Amino acid sequence: MGEILQQLVNGISLGAIYALIALGYTMIYGVLRFINFAHGDIFMIGAFSGYFVANAVSHILPTGSIGAVIVVFVASMTICALLGALIEYLAYRPLRKRPKLTVLITAIGVSLFLEYLSQLLFGATPRGFPEIISNHALIKSKAVTIDVVGAVVIITSFTLMLALRVIVMKTKIGTAMRAVSFNQQAASLMGINISKVITFTFMTGSALAAAGGVLYAAQYPSIDPLMGILPGLKAFVAAVLGGIGNITGAALGGMIIGIVESFIGGTFLSTYRDAIVFAILIGILIFKPSGILGKNEVEKV
Amino acid sequence: MRPQLIFALIFAGLIGLSLVTGKIDPYYYTVIIFIGINITMATSLNLINGFTGQFSLGHAGFMGVGAYVSAIASTFLTTHGLGTEVMGGVPVMAIALLVGGLAAALTGLAVGIPSLRLKGDYLAIVTLGFNEIIRVIIQNVDFKIDGISYVGGARGFAVPQLSSFLWVFGIALVAIYFVENLINSTYGRGFLAVRDDEVAAEAMGVHTTRFKVRAFVIGSFFAGIGGGLFAHFIQYITPDNFTFLKSIEIVVMVILGGMGSTYGVILAAILLTIMPEALREFSEYRMIIYSLMLIVLMIARPQGLFGSETFTRFFAKRKAAANKV
Amino acid sequence: MLEIKDLHVSYGQIAALKGISLSVPDHAIVTLIGANGAGKTTLLRTISGLLKSKSGSISLGDSELTKCAPHEIVAKGIAQSPEGRMIFANLTVMENLKMGAFLRKDTDGIATDMEYVFSMFPRLKERHAQQGGTLSGGEQQMLAIGRALMSKPKILLLDEPSLGIAPILVRTIFQKIVEINHNLGMTVLLVEQNAHMALGIASHGYVIETGKIVLEGEASWLAANEEVKKAYLGSV
Repeated sequence: MGEILQQLVNGISLGAIYALIALGYTMIYGVLRFINFAHGDIFMIGAFSGYFVANAVSHILPTGSIGAVIVVFVASMTICALLGALIEYLAYRPLRKRPKLTVLITAIGVSLFLEYLSQLLFGATPRGFPEIISNHALIKSKAVTIDVVGAVVIITSFTLMLALRVIVMKTKIGTAMRAVSFNQQAASLMGINISKVITFTFMTGSALAAAGGVLYAAQYPSIDPLMGILPGLKAFVAAVLGGIGNITGAALGGMIIGIVESFIGGTFLSTYRDAIVFAILIGILIFKPSGILGKNEVEKV
Repeated sequence: MRPQLIFALIFAGLIGLSLVTGKIDPYYYTVIIFIGINITMATSLNLINGFTGQFSLGHAGFMGVGAYVSAIASTFLTTHGLGTEVMGGVPVMAIALLVGGLAAALTGLAVGIPSLRLKGDYLAIVTLGFNEIIRVIIQNVDFKIDGISYVGGARGFAVPQLSSFLWVFGIALVAIYFVENLINSTYGRGFLAVRDDEVAAEAMGVHTTRFKVRAFVIGSFFAGIGGGLFAHFIQYITPDNFTFLKSIEIVVMVILGGMGSTYGVILAAILLTIMPEALREFSEYRMIIYSLMLIVLMIARPQGLFGSETFTRFFAKRKAAANKV
Repeated sequence: MLEIKDLHVSYGQIAALKGISLSVPDHAIVTLIGANGAGKTTLLRTISGLLKSKSGSISLGDSELTKCAPHEIVAKGIAQSPEGRMIFANLTVMENLKMGAFLRKDTDGIATDMEYVFSMFPRLKERHAQQGGTLSGGEQQMLAIGRALMSKPKILLLDEPSLGIAPILVRTIFQKIVEINHNLGMTVLLVEQNAHMALGIASHGYVIETGKIVLEGEASWLAANEEVKKAYLGSV
């Protein structure tokens, strides 16, 4: 029983991070209808930004202090938001009216570029991530242990998801995002500058991925330039599982994938963990491509 | 000249060349062998991605299946009396490659039937997913027969050296010949129809799913053989040889060459095998240049560097001329 | 005044508009009538910047519109209720109207105008919290017109507001168009297949056939014209 509860807690904190990444996939898919393959690498850049910022400010704000944590999050989210906007502007915008596959291939190129540029700049060997959140057990009982990092991961992720929901549902730019994702032409007839909305979407999605990267690194404190590939792919699976284009779905999908992965990790199937996540993707795409919360979209001819 | 004759001449030339391969510097020899394997890989992927218009990101998975299954076969056969001492190892290699190719084709069938209902980027992601599943499965397989370790999980698998210049380029030639002939046959036009307009093709009575699955199975078959050649050349394979990054590498060859142009894809396979070697001195920049090239290519010239279909047209013209007579 | 001069638009090789000239004076209702495929929607889409013209000019006052992006054209004071209505099905009625006022910053003015739209179409007020996709065709048409009004345009472009709507509702909607023109002094360019209704409320009309203006004149004159009667009014 205790084992199950512990797996559930671990699963939720991992799933919360997947959810943060999945939100970016789903938002970008919503406005541009393409899979931003490089999204997992933004997550990686987020972790590295956190690493460098934490080290840079460590003599003013001691690592582990509240101030340092806030600076690390704000800085790495800002860096990635700008990076996301830059990538969209340079690589994707020229392809706005091209076939989807051209854009997908470009995204693969961007992904490889970010990975290998990071290898050149930061080296391929993993680095230890500074202990930005001083860790100790918060709740320790027979059944379950929750440590500070786990709690911070869960609370921060949920706060960010809530903030995103408020932005998307209550603000003007958020409403415009939903309008653009429904019908770009109609949105432009409202006076909405589509490009600005797309830029905003990339910035928001990338900032969330950056937060995910910092949280991930805080929990699993070893970072390297290829660390974004698998979490990125799994978060994509989460986005599809929840119904791509659907924000609540992405959060839900992330949770499910995190929890499933955590439970599998505790069984004899643990070495098949990654394969099972992909099997879920394949199952969903084949049997219910619209995902759990997505609406069935009839393919336009 | 009839294409058959041209291929026969090229094949004779290959036999001639194979006599002098012993004199080539081992490093260059390795690069040449990789060129041959990559030609087979890219030509076979071109049937799926280029000619049939389906976007697979899982070609390395089928290559892996072929590599491992053929290695299992050759390891078993060489330890059971059919080794290199029998006719210079030709029978064992032939059997190993065939078994590997068939295993990959079967995997292709199993993967293709459910996934080919999907299109575009979804298909790409699903094939990538299958690629990773295959890799994880291989990682978890490890068994012994008569005290000899097979597959070896993540550790890796030692494979007898059976590949040669003639095997590698002979197979590449067969793959090219097969794909070109297929595409230029009346039947093969169905593949192009699926690519150009699936709805129209369906309306014309082309069974599109069947064509897609066929392209997938044939492509996987040659990918499996390519994997077999690879395994028996480098003599030690691990699951990490066949990640989706390897698939992307092959996809880039097809894209750079111009999807659907056999001639271009062969050139791209040669170029992209040599380029990383030529850039060895700048090895840190190598992959950066590679990825930037991909981005710039998509923006500036999405039809690929050699986007004309010279080779295919050559065949088509011959056929047309032959039909007139 | 909206002034269009010798406008050419094509889809690839196919010419859709072959030299259209047309003007819409301030505060007037001008109608453009023609059959399916004559180029009516193409013209409106080009005015709004959704299509690029090959040559010719579209000007509003002193500014030239042919090089502007759609959102810039809205900013210059041209709003459109497009063909097929294009309601944001995933947004509530209220949000749809707010999107219409996307470029405006005057919160009070927006509230006043929203009240005006609601008073004109009480049905929309009843359904303000409902998703756009759940409305009936007629309600969606009301919403599309209301939404276009929310940008407080100088000129309102209406693309076939009668299409696919119950005849009784068509009457109401045309009444509202007259009301908008009369009360707000708003200029209206009305594209219609329903020539009878359109000529009934317009002061001036144009007839378009296969990308060319073939007839123009006062609405009452057009309504009495034998050819127009035969081709568009269904009477002999």
